[in-house]
Order: sequence, then C-alpha cells, then structure tokens
Amino acid sequence: MSTISAPGTDAPSAEVPDYPMTRAVGCPFDPPPTLYTLQGRAPVSRVRLWDGSSPWLVTRYEDQRALLADPRISADSTHPHHPHQSPGSLVRRRQSRSFISMDDPEHARQRRMVTAAFSIKHVEALRPAIQKIVDGLIDAMLAGPKPVDLVQAFALPVPSLVICELLGVPYADHDFFQANSKVLIKRATPPEQARAATQRLIDYLDRLIGDKLVHPADDLLSTLAARVKAGELSRREAANTGILLLIAGHETTANMIALGTLTLLQHPDQLARLRESDDPKVIASAVEELLRYLNIVHSGRRRVALEDIEIGGVTIRAGEGVILANDIGNRDPAAFPDPDRLDIGRDTRHHVAFGFGVHQCLGQPLARVELQVVYGTLYRRIPTVQLAVDLEEIPFKHDGLVYGVYELPITW
Amino acid sequence: MKVIVDQNKCVASGQCVLATPEVFDQREEDGIVVLLTENPPEHLADDVRQAAVLCPAQAIWMEEQEKNE
Repeated sequence: MSTISAPGTDAPSAEVPDYPMTRAVGCPFDPPPTLYTLQGRAPVSRVRLWDGSSPWLVTRYEDQRALLADPRISADSTHPHHPHQSPGSLVRRRQSRSFISMDDPEHARQRRMVTAAFSIKHVEALRPAIQKIVDGLIDAMLAGPKPVDLVQAFALPVPSLVICELLGVPYADHDFFQANSKVLIKRATPPEQARAATQRLIDYLDRLIGDKLVHPADDLLSTLAARVKAGELSRREAANTGILLLIAGHETTANMIALGTLTLLQHPDQLARLRESDDPKVIASAVEELLRYLNIVHSGRRRVALEDIEIGGVTIRAGEGVILANDIGNRDPAAFPDPDRLDIGRDTRHHVAFGFGVHQCLGQPLARVELQVVYGTLYRRIPTVQLAVDLEEIPFKHDGLVYGVYELPITW
Repeated sequence: MKVIVDQNKCVASGQCVLATPEVFDQREEDGIVVLLTENPPEHLADDVRQAAVLCPAQAIWMEEQEKNE
C-alpha cells in the first residue's frame, strides 16, 4: 500500500527545505539565513533530511528549552523515526550506543556512573594542571617556527591531553583516536567507514577497560571497569561510554579554541577587552558569550515525540522526529537582545550551546575551565597573534557534525 | 524564600553551584545537588532564581514563604 506513509514522510517536498542548511558566503560565524527566516515566520516547521524523512525543526529559544526538558520527548536513537544526522552517524549510534542516545531511567543510571568526575569541585581542582598544559604548549609554539597551525599545535592537544588524563587513556595514542574521531564527525563519511572507525574505537576502549580491570588507577575508565566488575555494566556499555567521553571530550573544546580565536581576531575590540582584563568574571563571561555566539554543535539536537505535543502553533504527532536547532536558538532576539552582536560583557549564561534538559552536556564544567584557561592565557602570552592567511583561505567545517576550522595558520 | 531541590531529577550539570555556591553543592560520589540552606538570605534571591532558570533538569524551585507573626 503506497497510500499509507510513515510519520515524518508525508509532507509535500516542494515546501520543505533541506536540513542542515548552508551558511551565507562571507558570514562563517552566523547560522544559515534560512534558519533566521524560519525562526521569524514558521518557528516549528518541517525540514527534509538526507534519508528523505521530514521531521520538525524547532528554531525558537523558548520552544527548544520547553521541548528539551519535556519527558514526552525521547533521545532513543533506536527509535525507527529518530532523525539521524547522516548515514555514518546512524551506523555509529546503532553500533556504539551510549547514554546520550537513551532515555531515563537507564540514561540516568549510566550517566550517574561518571558525573562525579565532572563536578565543579573536581574540575576546579584540575585548573592548575590545565594551566600547565596550556603554558607548555604556548612555550613550544613560541620556540618553534611561524606561522603555525593553531589547531594542530594547540587547539587539539589541550583538550586531548586533559581528557586522556581524566579517562586514563594514553596520550601517545592520540593520532589513533583523533583520526577515528575525525571520520565519525564528518557528515559525508560513508556507513562502512563509520562502522570500521567505530569498531576500532570499541576494540581500543575494550582493551583499555580490560587493563583497568586488572590494574585499576585513579581515572574514569577504572571507575567504569569497577562497575563492570560489580556486574552493573557490560564491557560493551563501558566501552561505549568511554568512546562518548573521549570524542566529546576533545573534539568540541578543540573547535571552540580555534574557532573562538578566529572569531576574536575578527572582533579586535572584544579581543582587547578580554586581553586587558585579569578579572576571572570577564573571562568566564567571554567563554559563555563565545559558546552562545558560535554554538558549534550546529546540526541540532535530535529527538522523537512519544506523545502528541502542541508547540509553536503546530501539533507534533507521537512518533515524529524533532530537531532542536540550538545555533539559531542562541540567536533568538527574544532571549538575547541584539543577538548577532558578539559582546563578551553580556550575561548569556542561559544559552543552549550545551543543550538543555537531562541530556545537557555532561562535560560542560570541564569545557568551561579549559576555555577559561585558554582564552585567559593565549592572547596575553601572544599579544600580537594574528592570522597568517586571509580569512577567505580558512577551511571551515561546513561538513562537520560539529563546526569549527580544519586549520588556523597564525603568526605573531 | 524557601528553596526546594529534587535529587532524583538532578543531572549533575553543576549550573546551580556556579550560580550560587552559597546555597548549592554537589554530592562527592555522583555530583548530584546538595542544598546547603533551605532559607538563603534575601541578597542571594536573584542568584537562586538564576540557578533555577539555568538548571537543565528543572530540579530547583522556590516557594515564597508566608510571614509568621
């Protein structure tokens, strides 16, 4: 029977825009223009995905917060109408399903096994070690040749070293996990490549957890191994959590470091304000504003409605896919006056760059401290830092599940 | 003002501790919210309201107390 269509595939294609959308030429820091139009005219409307499905796209800040906190919304990636980001992402989420793709109570049970390591107290205690890492990498850049690619010399190593230390992953393996992670966060990665990269990471994490079972240390993989020993977690579940933390722990912060630096270089007045202040509150506020302004998780949070939900003048039916576009939510004038202006002095803590609801980023306290140390140190240590090429030559991650730059050649 | 927290809903994001460390703390074993005082002084009211707004799990709320004579 061809007359019965599955939920999410019944809208006329002519009116439904493809998602994700393209950013405007010359505006690499702003969300795609179509998202602004939708937020103004049709804040909950259907979009077309890579697989032909047409889930709802939610573009207003308040609607996004309401839905992300709504227990009638599911993050379960095994739901048949879950709006997957790409063919590769679908494979990865099926093959290595962590608590980010589960609903409560199982989500809460597994998340709470690792939350202690990300408490404010625990993360603050890491600040001196993070400062030492940042200082060391800046010393090395200053002693080396210029121009230098900030991504390879600084932005990737900082969070990679930190998450390795926290998890108990040998940093010597960074080429291996960074390469596989890179495969998984590209939208165009074919399913078979995503499957192979995921399997390599599963095998790697499983081996490490096996080691921690025998030789436990003071790190998160040992915490997970102890849960395996106690029969509360399977080895596969432990490996899946390890992969989630390893990838999320370095990719996102790395992109915020490089893209944040580029953004500040394009806004010299804001960079000067940041550089000239030694008030930790100014630095913390700058971090929040850059998180809001850049919102590097630019492919939306993906969910499925479990019941009919009335929102933004439409009814989302049970079983339909829902995408919360936090990038445009963070540019909603109803929540942030003059939203397209970067202003490191504004109070923007209510942004949704880390999402909202029970799935809000687990590592956010760590990301904050890392970025505070980086933004508070880098531009003071290298006050004449500048781009070594024209902005037009910078390769942006338009095709990434997470936004950023592939390279950032700088000099001083 | 009386502050109420729901430890079952809490997801340990730490937002409340950043907003109002005088009122909120986290359990050592899993980062779940701990209320340091149910009746914070009036000058912290705005910060507590901010903590409630920022809490991603909506596990914090306030009751304005009746004045007992």
